[in-house]
Amino acid sequence: MVLSAPADRFVNTPAAGDAVLSLENITRRFGSVLALDDASLLVRAGTVHAVLGENGAGKTTLMRIAFGLLKPDAGTIRLRGQLRTIPSPAVALSLGIGMVHQHFTLVPAMTVAENVALGRHGPYDPPAASVRVQDVASRAGLSLDPDALVSALSIGAQQRCEIVKALARDVQLLILDEPTAVLAPSEAAELLRWIRRFADAGHAIVLITHKLRDALAIADDITVLRRGRTVLTAPASTTTESGLATAMLGNQTVPAANGASFRSSVATAQAVGSATTTRGAPVLIAHDVHVADGRGVERVRGATLRVHAGEIVGIAAVEGEGQHELLRVLAGRGELLSGTLKRPDVVGFVPEDRHREALLLDSSLIENVALRGAGARRGRMPWDALRDSTASIVKTYNVLTSGMQSSARTLSGGNQQKLIMGRELESAPSALVVENPTRGLDFRATAAVRDSLRSARDAGAAVVVYSSDLDEVLLLADRIYAMHNGVVTETPRDRESVGRAMLGSATTHE
Amino acid sequence: MMTAPSTPVDQIAILRSGSSSTAAQAFAFALRTTLLAGVALAVLVLLLIATGHDAGVALTALVRGAFGSWYAITSATLVRAVPLAFAGLAVAIAFRAGILNIGAEGQLLMGAAIAAAMASVVGSLPAPLAIVLIILAGAAAGGAWASIAALLRQKFGVLEVISTIMLNFLAQYLIGWLVRGPLQEPTRVNPQSASLPDSLHLPVMIAGTRLHVGVLLAIVLAVGAWWWLKETAGGFRLRAVGANAAAAETTGQIKVGRTELLAFVASGALAGLAGSVEFTGVTYALYDNFSPGYGFTAIAVALLARLNPIGVLATALLFGALEAGANAMQRDAGVPSVVVSVVEATLILSVVAAERWQSRAVARAESGT
Repeated sequence: MVLSAPADRFVNTPAAGDAVLSLENITRRFGSVLALDDASLLVRAGTVHAVLGENGAGKTTLMRIAFGLLKPDAGTIRLRGQLRTIPSPAVALSLGIGMVHQHFTLVPAMTVAENVALGRHGPYDPPAASVRVQDVASRAGLSLDPDALVSALSIGAQQRCEIVKALARDVQLLILDEPTAVLAPSEAAELLRWIRRFADAGHAIVLITHKLRDALAIADDITVLRRGRTVLTAPASTTTESGLATAMLGNQTVPAANGASFRSSVATAQAVGSATTTRGAPVLIAHDVHVADGRGVERVRGATLRVHAGEIVGIAAVEGEGQHELLRVLAGRGELLSGTLKRPDVVGFVPEDRHREALLLDSSLIENVALRGAGARRGRMPWDALRDSTASIVKTYNVLTSGMQSSARTLSGGNQQKLIMGRELESAPSALVVENPTRGLDFRATAAVRDSLRSARDAGAAVVVYSSDLDEVLLLADRIYAMHNGVVTETPRDRESVGRAMLGSATTHE
Repeated sequence: MMTAPSTPVDQIAILRSGSSSTAAQAFAFALRTTLLAGVALAVLVLLLIATGHDAGVALTALVRGAFGSWYAITSATLVRAVPLAFAGLAVAIAFRAGILNIGAEGQLLMGAAIAAAMASVVGSLPAPLAIVLIILAGAAAGGAWASIAALLRQKFGVLEVISTIMLNFLAQYLIGWLVRGPLQEPTRVNPQSASLPDSLHLPVMIAGTRLHVGVLLAIVLAVGAWWWLKETAGGFRLRAVGANAAAAETTGQIKVGRTELLAFVASGALAGLAGSVEFTGVTYALYDNFSPGYGFTAIAVALLARLNPIGVLATALLFGALEAGANAMQRDAGVPSVVVSVVEATLILSVVAAERWQSRAVARAESGT
């Protein structure tokens, strides 16, 4: 657990290796919760430092302290060796520390240049601001149109705008909070490459993530937090994926959703070839389906696929290829333009944006369970029965809550998703459609959600999974359809074939 | 249909969250209510002192006007509370569905106008039937008036806040024309409708007072609305749409557009009832200033009740008492009754501030990593 800098790795950047930011023995409480317990982090110039940990491990809290958003209860902060207090983000920026939050803080109705200029003093000169943004972006190697409205930008471009916003303040240390979580795989890869180049130019980057692979791919140093404590800090070259996973999760075994131990579910998760399944009759049959999006643009352009009982079908696609619309019609949540679709009356559906589409955040867990099927319900609400089924979901799916009357907002993201999975699976639907089911979840909740998808499959449901994480599709699916430009193509279950088909370079086109 | 922007809805979302009740919440509610009453009283006293009035005399007049006698309670406070209760229910139902119906005033006026028109044609029918028809015509008129804004919202995405405010003006001027034109009393002297014959008055409940049976109807409707929202699938759908229309549509497979339309029209019908009940129970005629802003005060009534129908009965009574007391204060102590309007506004602002403060405290307690 010692941080020893292999000095020869940074010969070409003079400042490389020097400590830029050192957070020492930081403790921070929220009420009765100890969010950080004697945590430390040392970030060196010219390096990428990955901060790993499960949700709730204290990663974001620690970096919020570094960025002046929170005050530590105890501990010291050193900047280039000097003791500092960072009372506000303004001070952090003036000291050269910038942060890109997981949820962007941009004004959608303003242009990129206006967003970058926000918070600066003095008169605003549009052409000069635009030139300046262009300048900062091109120097950093980020492509960005300064005069574009933020509302018209893709998620990836919005993120570049956030980064440029920080760089325009001449930051030397950039903190990125789960930057790849919102990106399509290709965008994520591009961002990671950029991070590497930026660090090689002498800057320091802190990358908060729970993706081990990202950390191992580009980080120089890795610090792992668990329950507010620094449990590991080491050069990336000396760590392994399994070592990091153990550090993040600890050695205890944790009960997973279906009662199997967590270790066994990790083992299943890592055994890529899932057991050969007994496939039943086709449950979802789509033939030459065409679907338009909310604006009337045709996004699904002749999709033909079958999903059988007892199998998980994976949909692999980069962002915006029509998968969103296809999943919705498969789940009975949208209208076809043309084509035929055979599906059961009731299809379970787990949309990717759970706060927007799956939950009534300010309503109780019982009311959230009652939401499923509310459109077709007649007469009285069977509250007693709904209370019982909520209790059974909470128990079966291991939803951590202070009570069934508490609002869905009080649950952590992982527990919200477990509640949603439980709700959709409770009546054993013959078909289930899920969209990015583990987005933003920690390791443990991810394993629980994946386990429940597998048990639904084993219980005979026809399951359709789309994930923007190709590894997740490969991991879960028995069969895979790649989707490109509104057309689906069944593809062999290997990374290379699927990757080619997603990008449209497969030869088979219908 | 999810064309209508939802940002203003977020601002009342915090007010909607108080549907479930536990002992702790009940205690918090009682504490908050006491604090609010204290703030309102303090503001009132300061205002009275600042405007050079004798606070003691004025407050005595206020209390006497509202509760000082049997007559004050039944004929002033309760009678004023009835239209506030109907219109307050109207606002509460709409807001629970995420519809910001600011048009209760216009819907109330249209209810009264059509009730007056109906009264002139049902004279030959048996009285009880005629009264029921007049009152129902008012409800239908309020619903129809609201449906204009509802359709504008659904077909063209017109914000209902804007359209209902505009429809309020339309209704007001329409009445100005009606009482000088088609509905003017036979002598054509006064700008008002013909007086409702005694046989068509809503029965008085307690002899010697002005308290009419409309108060019973208000109580029945409030309890009914509360039960319906809580216990029926339709009520749950309405609340789900108001809480999160996107989730109601995607997860609940609820027809959001239809639910919103129904809620809007039902809201308008309740406001229309406020008008027709007031017409048949209190004013017995239609005239220019038929409503002293009942439809606007109703927004305060509904918000202070945290959009709970039973709570609306209580807050309608409170505002009824304040307005009855304000009249007495003006009469007996020479204090302009607008002072009470300031107090009402203070109450609303305090409620909003308290909710904000509370939700922020909750957020702070929950903010982990």
